[in-house]
Amino acid sequence: MFKGIYNWIDERLDITPMWRDVADHEVPEHVNPAHHFSAFVYCFGGLTFFITVIQILSGMFLTMYYVPDIINAYASVDYLQHKVAFGGIVRAMHHWGASLVIVMMFLHTLRVFFTGSYKAPREMNWVVGMLIFFIMLGLGLTGYLLPWDNKAYFATKVTLQIAESVPYLGPYIKELLNGGEIVGAQTLTRFFAIHVFFLPGALLALLAAHFFMIRKQGISGPL
Amino acid sequence: MAHGHNSKEKVVFVGDSRVKKNSMVNIPPDFTSFPGKSEAFIPYFLLKEWMVGVVVLVGFLVLTIAHPAPLGYPADPMNAAFIPMPDWYFLFMYQLLKYPYVSGDYVVLGVMGIPGLAFGALLLAPFLDTGKERRFYRRPIASSLMLLSLISCVYLTKVSWDHYQHQLEESGTKPEHIVREEKAREAYEKGQPAPSAVKRAKPVAIVAEDDPAYGLIKQNCMACHATDLNGGSGIPALRGIGDQFSLEELHDVVTNGNGNMPAFKDKLSTAEIDQIATWLSKQKKAAE
Ligand code: HEC
Ligand code: HEM
Repeated sequence: MFKGIYNWIDERLDITPMWRDVADHEVPEHVNPAHHFSAFVYCFGGLTFFITVIQILSGMFLTMYYVPDIINAYASVDYLQHKVAFGGIVRAMHHWGASLVIVMMFLHTLRVFFTGSYKAPREMNWVVGMLIFFIMLGLGLTGYLLPWDNKAYFATKVTLQIAESVPYLGPYIKELLNGGEIVGAQTLTRFFAIHVFFLPGALLALLAAHFFMIRKQGISGPL
Repeated sequence: MAHGHNSKEKVVFVGDSRVKKNSMVNIPPDFTSFPGKSEAFIPYFLLKEWMVGVVVLVGFLVLTIAHPAPLGYPADPMNAAFIPMPDWYFLFMYQLLKYPYVSGDYVVLGVMGIPGLAFGALLLAPFLDTGKERRFYRRPIASSLMLLSLISCVYLTKVSWDHYQHQLEESGTKPEHIVREEKAREAYEKGQPAPSAVKRAKPVAIVAEDDPAYGLIKQNCMACHATDLNGGSGIPALRGIGDQFSLEELHDVVTNGNGNMPAFKDKLSTAEIDQIATWLSKQKKAAE
């Protein structure tokens, strides 16, 4: 039956070439841990993606309960953590996943660096990768404020003070993130918007570029 | 037909649509250039990857159950004793800014100079290290710079963390999420419901509004403490004041004043102040 559905769609949209582009390729021996155990270092990119998917899914569930305003933010997180069935697990997944994704991304970056895979013709993909890196740090920074507990509040205050000390632009960056003079209601809604819409949007676009380039160029050859 | 298969046309269209006929046939990149046994991504390799993924996922879920995400107490901007700490992966930058030549007058070096140089070099690595050689041991400069930065990041992170632990010890504080957890466990062991950290600002009702003392309050106090006795702009509310102060304390505040609160010993008789203080001490939040 699936074959039938596939053929029906294929007749109309000719999706076979697309399918080939996306999925139909070979995995060479030197990156396959089944052949050389040390090739597990090539798995870090895939694992980063796996955790990123977990982050996106768990984050989507978190927003079903989270309320981004200074009176209810903490209460909604508290409720999610202690009252909602499996809420604690979803929150823990997002919390620990945020650290894990950084670790995996770090290892992936080191793999690419030490295997010299950033060299021609993959320069652009390295630059895109670094942009992803910054986006990930931005996600960590903005997400940290959202539970609106003391740890979140004071860390953000310090971060914004540091941002302010950047020459010339500092005060503007601070005001943009702060949404005013103090870390308060505006800051929380801004950080929420950045964490949930702006950065994930940019992340998805960059990931698409990343994967497109990997498919186009293939994985780098053996050393 | 408007656009038939005229081979003189530069662009050939499919059927009578405007979809361009693709001259390139989609052939996946050839891997025969790699030596050894390659394997189809779908389904064989993906299946193995998925099996590893499942093991990782189970391990991860065990972690989430064993270690719930921490949650402290609600943000209180007036809390001056709180030791701010960013997430662990920012600690190296946080620590960097504590050293004399990258803070204070030289802060530009700390927030822009060093991180800018390090991350800039990382961002532009392919354009700085343009040699053909890929093996790290044949690229001593790039590799040693990377190793050096790694070691410094680990070192800075560790110093920052140790300093935090030291600060906690010195000030005798425990991180709030741990305090909360301990309180919840205590309550659980005693069979009580877990204490909630969420303060619901329930309006506190005024008690004994028909008391003659309320008339005195209206005359003397509402100008500052607001007609609804909720206070405002630095002036404390008088609703629920009996929960915070004893009768004697209230008597004293009204008699002698306190800071910006004027003394009433010259304006009111002792009997009147007695009445007021007694009335204030009755202002307690109704039992839930
Ligand atoms: C001129 C304005 C003014 C008037 C009139 C006034 N208060 Fe106050 N009151 C204050 C201010 C300001 C404070 C806060 C003092 C401080 O903490 O520095 C205060 C504090 C208090 C406090 C201590 C509450 C706390 O949380 O510290 C009590 C009790 C109190 N007032 C009762 C009264 C009563 C009763 C009257 C009427 C007889 C009255 N006040 C009239 C300004 C006023
Ligand atoms: C969300 C973050 C990221 C994801 C999901 C991701 C995913 C991947 C995947 C699946 C691959 C295939 C090879 C492998 O798995 O090792 C890959 C390759 C690559 N990645 Fe990433 N990556 C991420 C971040 C980064 C970062 C931060 C960099 C470096 C700055 C980077 C640079 C590269 C480069 C240059 C390649 C090609 C390597 C080669 O051909 O050998 N990526 N990425």
